[in-house]
Amino acid sequence: MSATKTEMRYLNPQTKEVSRKKYCRFKKSGIKYIDYKDPDFLLKFINEQGKLLPRRLTGTSLKYQRKVAQAVKRARHIALMPYVADLLK
Amino acid sequence: MLYICSPFKITKMSKHYETVFILTPVLSDEQAKEAAKKLKKSITELGGKVINEEHWGLRKLAYPIQKKTTGFYHLFEFTSEKADIVANLEVIYKRDERILRFLTVSLDKHAIAYSEKRRSKLSEAKPNKKKENASA
Repeated sequence: MSATKTEMRYLNPQTKEVSRKKYCRFKKSGIKYIDYKDPDFLLKFINEQGKLLPRRLTGTSLKYQRKVAQAVKRARHIALMPYVADLLK
Repeated sequence: MLYICSPFKITKMSKHYETVFILTPVLSDEQAKEAAKKLKKSITELGGKVINEEHWGLRKLAYPIQKKTTGFYHLFEFTSEKADIVANLEVIYKRDERILRFLTVSLDKHAIAYSEKRRSKLSEAKPNKKKENASA
């Protein structure tokens, strides 16, 4: 059993799995309010098409994901951010 | 009898609001500032107290509104005890044809702290900002 295991390791190229744990940047840096007037910051939470990125990718906690969503929607309303875009980044 | 039980209803709490609106680029810079001044007056007439005012100048819109791609952004921060001030203010905004878009939000305590920080930062950076505008 152990022999096969070592062989397997030999056959497959060793890939170091450095899975850094995701964290909520708002909790970590103590940001309490997400400003809708700052589109450059909100750009981190949307994809190329201007859609909101899911929590599973950004690592934001649920509490702050809701606030991010609210801020992005407000920014869209006053035309600081696009509703639809192509090649935003 | 309810109001005896709840003393909070008797003491009026003033609420914090923030409103951003976009004026048409058809106006000149001075006209836009004058329009903003009039709107500021209307806030005070409705029973609000303007705390902060920001004129962002002509900015590009992320998408066209009424076939316009730019607009003058203006921001007011105000407090009021009246509950109907936002509704009344938005009626004024809707009637004003110079306003392309507006947004009024009430600020919670974190937002107030944030805006205070932003204000102090802006007042510090103001001399630099003016220089930037002059060069641009």
